[in-house]
Amino acid sequence: MSVGKRPLSRIAAPIRGITQRFAYMGMILLAMGLMILGKVDALLMERVRVITTDAVAPILDVISRPLDSINNITQQVQEAINIREDNIRLRKENKLLLQWQEVARKLDAENRALRVASNFVPDAKASFITARVIADTGGAFAHSLLLNAGERNGVRKGQAAVTGDGLLGRVADVGARSSRILLITDLNSRIPVVIESSRVRAILAGNNTDKPRLIHLPPGAVISQGDRVVTSGHGGAFTPGLPVGVVYSVSENGISVLLFVKPNQVEITQLLDFGLSGIIKSLPVNQVR
Amino acid sequence: MIKTTIWTRLDIMAKHMTPALLTFGLVIFNIIPFHLEGFGRIVPLLPIMAVYHWGIYRSELLPVYAVFAVGILQDILSGVPIGLNALTFVSVYWFVVSQHGFFLGKSFPIVWLGFGLILGVVMIVMWIIMAVFFTTLIDAKAALFQYLTTLGFYPLIAWGFQRWQRTFLRLV
Repeated sequence: MSVGKRPLSRIAAPIRGITQRFAYMGMILLAMGLMILGKVDALLMERVRVITTDAVAPILDVISRPLDSINNITQQVQEAINIREDNIRLRKENKLLLQWQEVARKLDAENRALRVASNFVPDAKASFITARVIADTGGAFAHSLLLNAGERNGVRKGQAAVTGDGLLGRVADVGARSSRILLITDLNSRIPVVIESSRVRAILAGNNTDKPRLIHLPPGAVISQGDRVVTSGHGGAFTPGLPVGVVYSVSENGISVLLFVKPNQVEITQLLDFGLSGIIKSLPVNQVR
Repeated sequence: MIKTTIWTRLDIMAKHMTPALLTFGLVIFNIIPFHLEGFGRIVPLLPIMAVYHWGIYRSELLPVYAVFAVGILQDILSGVPIGLNALTFVSVYWFVVSQHGFFLGKSFPIVWLGFGLILGVVMIVMWIIMAVFFTTLIDAKAALFQYLTTLGFYPLIAWGFQRWQRTFLRLV
């Protein structure tokens, strides 16, 4: 090192220290600024989120495919192990279901007659889009699923995501080729529901646990454990009658619901489009504001 | 002296990029749906382990801008307010870099303990910010479960990174 360089390096080091600290502080302030901006202009952040998620979606799609194959194999092995118990259980269930089939036929006939008699206006028919779950952003603070279907597949904000078991969530963000499902367990989720038997209306509020709560019940409502909860269709958000879960516990702390769907085990989901946009309006992805 | 041809220089450059690439990769890996029974919400927070580890051992290969970008990407993908993880990742990074002298020579259990303490602070801060942001309290149990899972997974990830360091980054 020449004599000329030494004093320079002596000055450079503390300056480097200060600029480093500036960089750290700057990044932290920028992060806080972004959070505040997100609160102020939610639409802008939503756009950024949608565009980035769309870019990452193909990678996730490719990676999650072999996992689904592995899961299928483990599932088949498990089924083979449980085959005898499953058999006995399924025979019992079948007997019960055949009885219900009779009841259903009678009710259907009665229903048809009543609709004609009362000039009933039928609910709109649903079209559906089947999509695969490519990411599960499970965490304590937010929980959503990413699907490999987007606007070009017909996905729209507000559509209900269901599986064979029941309601899973609704479409919160839509990109060109991916979309995000807000689970009914998520903190932000509020679904109008009704107790199937007593027709008591309530709101199902997610709280980031696997047992969301029923809130905004009418005073004097009687809810018991085991009551079936379905969507009520109020607000035009979802079609009525989608299975949600059963009441799990009733206490002073509130009423919790055990969901039919286990969100972390969903591989394929269907998005229902009843032609209802409800109270959710959003611009198509490509439209300039 | 090693002859610095264009190939050796490219090789060194590629190796230097691996900590940042691994950290970004962990963000993606973290959200792959494994469909494990009961795992649901208690997915370990992998990216923060990477920020902590590389911040201690090779912070020059994971600059603060990369840490910020990783945090933003994590925010975008996981659905939390954008900036939250960026804030916590940069803070963790700043802390471990400033405490270089302390962490560098220490045995693994001390490093793990340090991670536990820092992670605890991070989760409490995140819990508070989310509560303020959504004006509602988040179930603390879920956050606690995630803390324990993340803490439990740290040795595995740290071991993986140590192996990577010894294999690829020993001389560069």
